[in-house]
Amino acid sequence: MGDPMRIRAAESNGIVDVKILMKHDMESGQRKDSAGKLIPAWFISTVSVKAQGKEVFVADFGSAVSKDPFLNFKYKGSKGDKLVVSWVDTKGDKRSDEATVS
Amino acid sequence: MNQQRRELLKYTTVFGLMASAGLITSVQAEEWNKAAFEGKSLDEVFKALGTNTPDKSGAIVINAPDIAENGAVVPVGITTTLKANQLAILVEKNPSPLAAEFYIPAGTEPMVTTRIKMAQTSNVYALVKADGKWTMAVKEIKVTLGGCGG
Repeated sequence: MGDPMRIRAAESNGIVDVKILMKHDMESGQRKDSAGKLIPAWFISTVSVKAQGKEVFVADFGSAVSKDPFLNFKYKGSKGDKLVVSWVDTKGDKRSDEATVS
Repeated sequence: MNQQRRELLKYTTVFGLMASAGLITSVQAEEWNKAAFEGKSLDEVFKALGTNTPDKSGAIVINAPDIAENGAVVPVGITTTLKANQLAILVEKNPSPLAAEFYIPAGTEPMVTTRIKMAQTSNVYALVKADGKWTMAVKEIKVTLGGCGG
């Protein structure tokens, strides 16, 4: 399930600025362990953000997104909007966190 | 039932199930583009995205450092004045150039910032799809410490 992600969402002039910091190792599949074996790729593949139940952003990641993925985007919205950020990774693990736009 | 109808039924059933399970929505029904993410060259990625080499556009800006001290964490942002519904970040010299793709529904601004891994100094491409057409901007980012663990 992983650790909770940090979500900051602030509205100004009708635009909500959303910053998300997810917790995930994002293994590229390029690294080797101490025995010299390749550590298999394991990374968040899709992130979906909904505001008031409506999808406002979707990101598909490859293995080259940095550890603890960061996302910043903006959408037309209001203070008090309920945001739900969900991700799924290549092992099928999922995580969903909520935040309210301030 | 002929093979084509079987295939069609199979896909609509799978998507229907996934949609009803709330796993995907209409925007995301594009599905994680395996061919694009596994493309080993810019051309392979462009092809998997359904385009030839995109034209360069002055309406796309890449916000990224000229020199990245740490190739494991390189901040890259894309902004554009085009009415984009899709964005993508490609790193030419990475083993798999496509780093990320973004879907922009109506009401969302055509911009994104994220952080990516770069194996070495490379051209970074910001692709924008607007009105069914892909265009792009390029920026070279120098990397002093490679980001793939090597």
